[in-house]
Amino acid sequence: MKSPAFEYIRAESVAGAMSAYAAAGDDVVYLAGGHSVVPSLALRLQAPALMIDLSEIAALSGISFQDGWLRIGAMTRHVQAINDPLIAAQAPLFAAAAPFVAHPAIRNRGTLGGSLAHADPASEFPAAAVAMRVELEIASPKGTRRVPADEFFLDIYETAIEPGEILLAIHVPSPVAGQVIGFDEIVRRQGDYAMVGAAVQAVAKDGVLEDISIALFSVGNRPTRAVAAQAALMGRVIDDASIADAKAALGDDLDPPDDLQFPATMRLHLARVLLGRILANLEAVA
Amino acid sequence: MKTDITLTINGDAVREAVEPRTSLADLLRDNLQLTGTHLGCEMGACGACLVMLDGAPVHACLVLAVQASGHKVETIEGLNERGLIKDLQEKFHDRNALQCGFCTNGMLMSAQALLLDNPTPSRPEIREALSGNYCRCTGYEAIVDAISATAKMRSGQAGEAS
Repeated sequence: MKSPAFEYIRAESVAGAMSAYAAAGDDVVYLAGGHSVVPSLALRLQAPALMIDLSEIAALSGISFQDGWLRIGAMTRHVQAINDPLIAAQAPLFAAAAPFVAHPAIRNRGTLGGSLAHADPASEFPAAAVAMRVELEIASPKGTRRVPADEFFLDIYETAIEPGEILLAIHVPSPVAGQVIGFDEIVRRQGDYAMVGAAVQAVAKDGVLEDISIALFSVGNRPTRAVAAQAALMGRVIDDASIADAKAALGDDLDPPDDLQFPATMRLHLARVLLGRILANLEAVA
Repeated sequence: MKTDITLTINGDAVREAVEPRTSLADLLRDNLQLTGTHLGCEMGACGACLVMLDGAPVHACLVLAVQASGHKVETIEGLNERGLIKDLQEKFHDRNALQCGFCTNGMLMSAQALLLDNPTPSRPEIREALSGNYCRCTGYEAIVDAISATAKMRSGQAGEAS
């Protein structure tokens, strides 16, 4: 299917993009990699009057290490999350999540910032961002601010980014000693949207969990931090008993909807199976 | 309103005026008669429209022609005329790795990109590389055979795939 007509501006700077947005009013869409936006146009789910292309803005690119945080430019492509050694070392959950995102050709074009700003509750990178406790740097005409991932994802396709604002970069805190990660999803066909997925980051000292961060996706209207499951694991070793307690606690964390694919009870069951699987693998390395 | 774009397609400088909503695939097919780039789903699922953009396979249906301005595009016609995929094409033929052929150009794009990146892929790696390419008639086994055989030939191993 073909997109409806729109006007197009290729922005050369963040400030230029924001002023073009302000001048045009609200009927504007920013374009990053375009691999969510363009299909939505083709399906006529949206029909903006103006598209502002951010992809040639140099300030949105680049991956660098600053003051204990990895700064990942919003325009970083999914494939870079697989190949970049800094991301592998400093943002390992992004590297672990990337191979689960769609297919190679999509990953050549889709961007990390675009995925996070789009906030599809079934997508992988938002959950990885929550589990890694990243901070999202957002530019507005009034200046920039950093929003923690836990406060960034608000609802389906809705984030803390206000109309006209631009996601500049993703800041990932450096891994600490003893950190381990796990990422997996249950999917009918590789590359499709997950029936349920989870990103887990933990810090183990002498086998005991001092910190654990769990985010699930495809279980609700946004990536969901599993607070009760985290609490069930805190200060314990990973073993059959603690894994069973974490799986049980997920019932307090998740309230998945019934949908056309399967009932909520099945989604909760799959989430428990998946979390148990990831934690059992963590046990081997923690 | 139409926008002027300039880009390199199969080594040739191209200047066109396009509507912003025109996809790269429609530019190739409708404006330039490069109809080897096929359109199946037009939403990035089937892989029939894959082209190389700055050397990496992308869905021409999901890239706006205006976004490709200033960049290099190579289509199946370019790969074919430069003889870069002759061995792949021959192995697809040998292995009956196509029936109707609609998906084949996209399959060749994915295969060529894979083999440049990983000259000795395993069969699971070939399947992963093809995970965004749909084939609705011949099935995938013969296609994996053809790519595996090409990999072995290019890397100097025996010409026959296991």
